[in-house]
Order: sequence, then C-alpha cells, then structure tokens
Amino acid sequence: MAGSGTAHMRNNDEVVLEVRDLVVEFKVGGGRVVNAVSKISFDVCRGETLAVVGESGCGKTTLGKAVLQLPPPNSGDVVFEGTNLSKLPKELLRSARTAMQMVFQDPISSLDPRMTVRDLIEEPLWVWGRGDDDERAAKVRELLNNVGLDPELVLNRRSYEFSGGQCQRISIARSLALEPRMLICDEPVSALDVSIQAQILNLLQDMKDRYGLTMIFISHDLAVVKAVSNRIMVMYLGKICEVGDPEKIYATPAHHYTSALINSVPIPDPTRKRVTVPLQGEPPSPVAPPSGCRFRTRCPAASDKCAAEEPQLREVSPGQFVACHHPRV
Amino acid sequence: MMSISDMYVRFETPFGLLEAVRGVNLEIPAGASVGIVGESGSGKTVMSRAAMGLLSGSNVRREGKVVFNGRELTAMSKEEVRNQFGTGMAMIFQDPMTALNPVRRVGTQISESLRVRLGMDKKQAMQRSAELLSLVRIPDPEAMLRKFPYQLSGGMRQRVMIAIAISCNPELLFADEPTTALDVTVQAQILQLLSDLRRDLKMSMVLVTHDLGVVANHTDFVAVMYAGEIVEQASTTELFANMKMPYTRALLESIPNIEMKSGARLKVIEGRLPNPVDRPKGCGFVTRCTYAQQKCHDEHPPLVDAGNGHLYRCWYPLGHTIARKQ
Repeated sequence: MAGSGTAHMRNNDEVVLEVRDLVVEFKVGGGRVVNAVSKISFDVCRGETLAVVGESGCGKTTLGKAVLQLPPPNSGDVVFEGTNLSKLPKELLRSARTAMQMVFQDPISSLDPRMTVRDLIEEPLWVWGRGDDDERAAKVRELLNNVGLDPELVLNRRSYEFSGGQCQRISIARSLALEPRMLICDEPVSALDVSIQAQILNLLQDMKDRYGLTMIFISHDLAVVKAVSNRIMVMYLGKICEVGDPEKIYATPAHHYTSALINSVPIPDPTRKRVTVPLQGEPPSPVAPPSGCRFRTRCPAASDKCAAEEPQLREVSPGQFVACHHPRV
Repeated sequence: MMSISDMYVRFETPFGLLEAVRGVNLEIPAGASVGIVGESGSGKTVMSRAAMGLLSGSNVRREGKVVFNGRELTAMSKEEVRNQFGTGMAMIFQDPMTALNPVRRVGTQISESLRVRLGMDKKQAMQRSAELLSLVRIPDPEAMLRKFPYQLSGGMRQRVMIAIAISCNPELLFADEPTTALDVTVQAQILQLLSDLRRDLKMSMVLVTHDLGVVANHTDFVAVMYAGEIVEQASTTELFANMKMPYTRALLESIPNIEMKSGARLKVIEGRLPNPVDRPKGCGFVTRCTYAQQKCHDEHPPLVDAGNGHLYRCWYPLGHTIARKQ
C-alpha cells in the first residue's frame, strides 16, 4: 500500500506534532482487515488548530486516538515535541501523554457518574501527584471558573445532575487539569443542542488562547470546522484528500469530495436553493477499499487513471494540497 | 389537511405538572411541507406525537382538538386512530436503528403494513416492497429484502424507514429529525429524497428539526417553538426575510455557518430553556433575551399577526425601537 505523499509537510521549527506514514488496521475475522487509517502523514504547528473532517467511517477518530497511542498504530511514527511516541517504553509513554489530552464526543458517558465533579477534575492531579491537597483544591476551583462553572454550585454534584453542555465543560476542565500542550477534540459538540454548540466552541477557543494549546479538532460538520480551524485536512476512507488553508478550501475546493461535502451543508437562506446534485451512494467498505483513488467509485470525474494509480498530494495553489488526478482547480 | 387547535400536553411528574405543549394552533395545508423548529426540550416532538395520537399513559393529560381530513382525531377511539396510520398518516423517527425491528428482515417489515392495510398477499406484498425500495433509491432492492437492519448503514436504514412510511400512500408524513443521526452527505440525499417523494406522491409533510438550514431549503411554512409554545410562524421565505422574534434570530446566529469567516467568534444564546414545571409568568425567553424589558417579565405576550399570516409572540419584535436601541 502506497501512501498519498508528503508534499504538504512543513518541516519547520514550529512543528509540534509530526505524524509519518501512520497505519491503523483492525482484524475482523476470516483473515479480513479493516483499513481504518492507511499511511497518513501530517504535521501540526504550535498554536494551530488542525481540523480533521470526513464522513463517519473515514478513520478520523481512529487517527486521533492513534496519535495518543490508543491503541498504538500498526506502523508509522508519531513525533511529539521531538519525542517519537511510537518507540517509547510504556512507562515513559504514560508520562509523555500527560502533555496531550482528549475531549470526547459524548460528554455524559465519558464522565464516571459515581464521582463528584471535584473528584473527576482532581483525579488526573492525584494520579500524577501534582501539588498537595490545598494546591489541588485551588487548581480544581480555578479550572471550573475558567470553563464557566461556579465551583460552589458544582463541586459536590455528580455528572448525571448536569446537562450535556455542562458535562462537556466538566470534561474540558478535566482534560486541562494537567496543563497539556495539545488537546485532541473528537466531535466535541456533535452531541450537544444547537444553542449550546456555540458556547462550547467559544469556550474551546478561549481555553486555547489562555493555555496556549495546539489543537486537533475532529468533526464531520464543515460549518463547525470553519469556525474553529486554521488548517483543514479532509479524509476519505483512511486517506487524505485535501489539506490546507480553510479560507482557500472553502472558497475553491480542489478535491471533488471536498466540494461535495461543502455542497451538502444546508444554508439557512431559502432564497438560495442549492442546485448541485448531492453525492450519490455511500462510502465503500474499508475492508476492500477501491484500488487507486479510494473516492473514484463516487467521483463524477473518475477516469481509468484513477483506478490504476493512487494520486499523490501536490500543491495546487499556495498552501492548498490535493490528492487527485483531476483536481477542480 | 390537518388542523391543531388549542393543544395542551401536560405530564404528571414527581416534581409537579410539566407543561410540554401550551396552547398550540397549527394548520397543515394539503400538499405543503411545514417545518417545526426548536431546541431540545422546546416541545416539538411531543407536539407532533400528540397530533398523531401517539401519546398515551396514565401520566399524560391532553387537551385541544386535532382535525384530520375533516374528522376529529381527538374524538376517535384508539382503534379508529390506529386505522388512520399507514394510509392517512405515517411517521419517520430520528433513530432508524431503534425504530426498526432488529430480528426481522427488511422485506417482512415493509410488507407487514401492506398486508394489514392494503390486504395484499405475501407474494404481492414482497413485490411491492421491492418497488418501494427502488423508489427510495436503494440499489439491488431484491437483495435488500432479505437483509436485517444491523447489516445496513444509517442512511440505508433511514431509507428503509421511509419505504415503510410511504408504503400505503399516506396523505401526511411526519418526519421527526429524520437526518440528525446521519452524515452531512447522506443528510443531503435523504432530504432531497423526501422532497421528491412529497412532490411525486402528493403528500403533506411535517418536518421536525433543530436545524434552520434544513428548514430553509425543504419547507413551505415554518413554526418556531420555544418552551412549549409557537413563538413565530410564517411562510419560509417570509420568516427568513422578516424575522420578528429575537429568539429566532438568536437561534439562527448561534448556528455555525459555512459562510462565516474562519476563526470568527460565534454568537451565543446565554442560559437555558426555562424549567418546564415552573415557567416564568412573562415571556418564556425573557431570561435569555438581550432586548428584555420590564413588561416582558410581567406579562405573557400574545401571538399577534404582522399581516400576511406572519405570527409572532413578542412585545418588542425585531425592528421595534427598543430592539433597535441596543
């Protein structure tokens, strides 16, 4: 299996996380293998928010977890601040991972209902023996204040007493307890109500500024992604389709899949009916992905070349990279 | 087609009487698509279920009148209401996995209503089921008939649900968040499919959703619900052109828009829906509204007509001097 190229890698001093040729496969019995992530390379610079976008089943969540070595990828390197996580012994990996934290999609099931909010947020601190009792208590209060919850009202309550939005605030406070330098958010607002989504997205922006975080933001919602990211990576069936500057990608998507995704988002304006035909069909099975370009079975521009040869990422305009034989720009 | 008047739905709970729907009046014209929009807890699902006569239980108290095709649903016996399902009304639910029976094949589930309602025999029903599956654009319908729901993706399951719903040519289709559980590309396919089917089969449709983007493109009329009441109602073009309610505007602005600048800050509706057991006596939105005045705290605003059928429930609607001052 060939990768889709490394033309988009930046190799400068600002790169905090560098992922090379990452492969994650799952055995599903009968000797079959799900190709969840197939030789993906990317990098994230300090202070950047990289958005990973794609339909369900494209491997975006697996990718996020593989960066944290949950579980370790089948092959490939994850280099965080100069340390190759995939080669670290278990104990060192555990301590290296304190600098990277994850926020999950379902805020209610990711919090233990038997623990009080105080314990939930303090747990990472006492696991790592940070500070004494007083320092930890002060830290918990500070975190709760920062995520917009009143410590007096919430400290002794449990997660089931809160709404989804409040639980997501608690999750975010917990993930920030160890002062990570990188935050991986896996669909942090998909499970939330419309009016709450904006609150949590703004909170994540604030936390990013306050703690100087670098973020990977995983989402299927292109409108949400537009609001938060500085760089976008579009995935399809375990491969990268397009990477680059969001303003450019939204204005002139080069990959036919990116364009279809953007055209599928409903616009809240009845005078502007979308005329484009929505993307037909559904993604093929990742157990037997199509040869060459994996999107060719649904692509309006597919040719024989697409079946024979895997497209490599190349720069179509400054800061916009696409893996397609027949790009739109 | 259907008219709902003075509908109230209350649930008895250990915390007191919960008013989920408070005095809703709604007309669903024949052949039209009506969108019902609101946050979770606004009462939109309870309202549509009550309209279909699907709410029962010893803790439910229902008031008001629902007239469907000239007959009063609310006065019918359970048996008679049941006879309206399939040929009169049909419903599509949000989660296609839990709405389908996991241990029965797709073909059996579609042909069930055909046999019961239209009196087809097994062979006819299976044949018609295959036709319905191709109508909802499922490739290789014959093979699909023999599959179980767990073998299908979310989008395919929702297509099967739609096939079941339209199997007996209903006149009115209720779709409760039909695409919320689906991917954005599949959502676009399903909404297009529903719009096409509605046109071809001449159905009316009620589309319950939280997404104003979906409403903008797929409905003729919109009713915005908040805290159990309709707070704004108009034709879809009129609503988006001349929004009256601060709430509708706030809801629209809080949705991440694909056309906004990247990195731009989103507008937020602070606070939450009022407690449904203990509603404020004035306007339900008062605690979250940026334009709230003393009158909004004290008096409950009535639903007023701005002309051309545009109804709203606000003392100081957008465009009013108070709203302009801030």
